[in-house]
Amino acid sequence: MNSQPSIVAIDDPIVQVKELSLFYGQSQALFDLTFDIPRHQVTALIGPSGCGKSTFIRCINRMNDLIDGLHTTGVIRLDGNDIFDRSVDVIDLRRRVGMVFQKSNPFPKSIYENVIFGMRIGGVTEKPILDETVEKSLRRAALWDEVKDRLHDSAMGLSGGQMQRLCIARAIAVSPEIILMDEPCSALDPKSTAHIENLIRDLNGEYTIIIVTHNMQQASRISDYTAFLYEGELIEFGETKKVFTVPVKKATEDYITGRFG
Amino acid sequence: MTTDIRSSIETLKQHLIYLGTVVEEGIKNSIKAVRTLDPVLAAEVQAADSKINALEVNVEEDCLKILALHQPVASDLRFVVTALKMNRELERIGDLAVKVADKVILLNTVQKHDVNPDMIIVPADFEPMFATTLSMFSQLLDAFVNEDSDLAYRILIQDDEVDTAKRHIRKQLDEIARKDPKQQVYHTLLLSIARGLERIADHTTNTAEDIIYMLQGRIVRHEDHLL
Repeated sequence: MNSQPSIVAIDDPIVQVKELSLFYGQSQALFDLTFDIPRHQVTALIGPSGCGKSTFIRCINRMNDLIDGLHTTGVIRLDGNDIFDRSVDVIDLRRRVGMVFQKSNPFPKSIYENVIFGMRIGGVTEKPILDETVEKSLRRAALWDEVKDRLHDSAMGLSGGQMQRLCIARAIAVSPEIILMDEPCSALDPKSTAHIENLIRDLNGEYTIIIVTHNMQQASRISDYTAFLYEGELIEFGETKKVFTVPVKKATEDYITGRFG
Repeated sequence: MTTDIRSSIETLKQHLIYLGTVVEEGIKNSIKAVRTLDPVLAAEVQAADSKINALEVNVEEDCLKILALHQPVASDLRFVVTALKMNRELERIGDLAVKVADKVILLNTVQKHDVNPDMIIVPADFEPMFATTLSMFSQLLDAFVNEDSDLAYRILIQDDEVDTAKRHIRKQLDEIARKDPKQQVYHTLLLSIARGLERIADHTTNTAEDIIYMLQGRIVRHEDHLL
């Protein structure tokens, strides 16, 4: 994998990654990543397990800060500002960069309280604003019709697919600019997956979505851009329709056609 | 049923190559039938068409199966899409070889009723047309089997030679008719044969373009071939 990566230029990037390397103690997990992530588009990260996809997206909202012995070099700019800068308020960064995980993680509270959890932390108390946010976010997450009559029931009674959409609603409620998704459909059945995928397509244009997926068909269906990572290196980044029809790098070709990985 | 896309694609490739060789045989025989005005050989070309049709259906089923079961991407996707298009082109080429053979049979009936049956004058440019068309097609199969995009590009250039030969044939036919008006009765048929071969070369060129897409992911259909 020593050859130069193939990376397309982006006109209006929201995130600019420059020479990003990441180390867990002595061992290096990400190698010199440099690419731009387009605003209001869906970018998929693909690659074999352990290639650094999740590690990479956790850099963007500094989720990795909590891990002992981890350090990074290089720069990630969000709208031009270095997110690793001392002056950055990490809480504010995580409001701007929301996250949805592989396993849905609603709080053991009502559906209503789950959606406005972030706003409550932010100090919002006015009921009309909270009500409006709940309805707007749940509608946006295509969950409103299914739960509008039981907003005060526990979120734990929802189905897996509904819980995941609730987590998306919760992420949307604080009006983030970016939503990171770490294999959001891997625990869902095909119908719930289709629901989430439609939702992702629907949010496209309004939010920047960066999604990690092991499902090649999913990446090709929902994303505008695809980044292929292999052993911590960025091999190829380009328009999804190009990557899945005429990939530039042989390693990408081999991976997406199932020749390895 | 195989679960491995590699072996499914290999089978598809073998089926397509086989269809290609049967079509090549059809072109060869139809050309030979024109050269010798042999109605028996022409009838053989007509009879082989049903085999080509059956093979075409077979290849299409292979392609649909791979698309449905394996959702191919990248070079696999380009291969299957190219196979689908190539399959159709090969079948059309087979039909054109039959059309040429039909004309040979008609020429024979005209011969019988004409005053001077042995005197058909075949324009000289038929020979280079036969040679180039046949060679383009066998290069096509080579380019496909050996995944040789340079060879596929060379096929594109040769199409012009066939077009030129056809123009010359038309002129030569006019000239022959001026000298000996009785020859006119064969002209529509001879011109149809030239047109049939020209179209075989056209479809061969289309397929060469598809092979370039398969190998390079580049759509050259509307580009200037010589660039």
